Amino acid sequence: MSDTQIGWMGVTASLALVAIAIGLSLWQQLHLTRSMLWSVARAAVQLLLVGFALRLVLDSKASVWWAWLWVVVMVVFSGFTIRSRAKEIPGIFLLGTISMLTVVVVSLSVIFGFHIFPMQGRTIVPLAGMMIGNSMTSCVLVGRRIVGELSDKRDEVEARLALGLSWQDASRPNVRAALRTALVPQIETTKAVGLVFLPGAMTGLVLAGVDAVDAVTIQLALMYLVLGSVATSVTVIGLGLTRQVFTPDHRLKPIARSSH
Amino acid sequence: MLATMGTAANRDDEGVLLQFDTVSFSAPGGTELLHRVDLCVDRGAVTVLAGPSGAGKSTLLRLGNRLEVPSGGLVRFKGTDLTALDPQQVRRSVGMIFQRPIPFPGTVRSNLAVADASAPDSTFFDVLCRVGLDPSMLERVADDLSGGEAQRMCIARTLLTEPEVILMDEPTSSLDPENRIGIEDLARDLAQEGIGVVWVSHDLSQVQRIADRIEVLVEGRNATPTESLTYLEQRTEGDR
Repeated sequence: MSDTQIGWMGVTASLALVAIAIGLSLWQQLHLTRSMLWSVARAAVQLLLVGFALRLVLDSKASVWWAWLWVVVMVVFSGFTIRSRAKEIPGIFLLGTISMLTVVVVSLSVIFGFHIFPMQGRTIVPLAGMMIGNSMTSCVLVGRRIVGELSDKRDEVEARLALGLSWQDASRPNVRAALRTALVPQIETTKAVGLVFLPGAMTGLVLAGVDAVDAVTIQLALMYLVLGSVATSVTVIGLGLTRQVFTPDHRLKPIARSSH
Repeated sequence: MLATMGTAANRDDEGVLLQFDTVSFSAPGGTELLHRVDLCVDRGAVTVLAGPSGAGKSTLLRLGNRLEVPSGGLVRFKGTDLTALDPQQVRRSVGMIFQRPIPFPGTVRSNLAVADASAPDSTFFDVLCRVGLDPSMLERVADDLSGGEAQRMCIARTLLTEPEVILMDEPTSSLDPENRIGIEDLARDLAQEGIGVVWVSHDLSQVQRIADRIEVLVEGRNATPTESLTYLEQRTEGDR
């Protein structure tokens, strides 16, 4: 076993911290023990399945098309995940899926077009996963914010429409506020990186024995790509959703307020 | 002031700017809020729309500003069906003042610029004077205005679109008596200038002060003459 492989013993040892968490839950009567045990078991099963499947897809002899198929599945599942997190938003599955597809197309075009990473199964899957994973949360956030803004400030939007403004102009201040809210966390994360926390990819590379500066350059490229992906997905879903809540003759449809 | 009562029937179409012709409207859930309502809005007159809460007065105004589309009947502007006209142009020609003043974030100037971004300051000064506001208010934050000032600013904002009809949905309901009279005078002045004004009100003394014509709605339809008189008499007794 190399020093970058922790083996089953290492995984088992890391459960010691879960035991501490469970102990605290019991002590403080948080009633989270069952939930913690379930999440630990579920994560293990899910990741092991993914690991075995990835081993097949990322095999150097496997066709790169298996990796692309994996990406398609990820995009569709991200659409379902977004819908499950924001059921109250009309048409969110289609918008979320289109948004994630846009993110994958744009980000991977940049990555492979500029030869930032070589186009191989072992780069396609994790990079697409990283871009989608980071964008999904922002998509849910911007969707909820837009629905909230246009529902809470319906009077204001209709007052602008009543002056003869188009739906785009009438909703612009509210949509802008929602987009800002969704983007600020990612911008703050990008600002704080290195000072407050070491990001996952870099930590993983350092643990795997890669030179720290080399790990930093990879991490920087990834962070910039993630920032661009989040901005792209938020804009796609923001504009798509706004178009959906107005009629072609510039009327605001009834909107059910999000409970979140 | 001696106001007349009546519906669209047997009216001379000359001078009619906005006409509701057997208009019905159902809410998204299917509930019918308006049933075959007729109303004519004349140039240079104040038409008061009265009736109990839930009678459909606000809904009728929203149809006039094209914020809603009727499920039956027609709304016509100068004889043309509103659905055949550009909705944005309709809204500039048929302005709407809401029950509560709705100032947008920013200054009075930025509020006015929403209605006409290319207007010079002189236009803003003129329109503020027209609604009885001091032109030096232009740089004030709109949220800091009093209720009366904010409602006047909203009227100024609407006037910048040069409307031929203004629909006012209980515009003085949240104002003190002094500001109430001021806005009423302003509505009368606008009618004198040739604008067709529709004013929704529950207040009978106000109705008597400003109305050239009164139309009463009951349960989403035009009240019969007997129902109108009964409603107005009840309001009169309520005011005593």
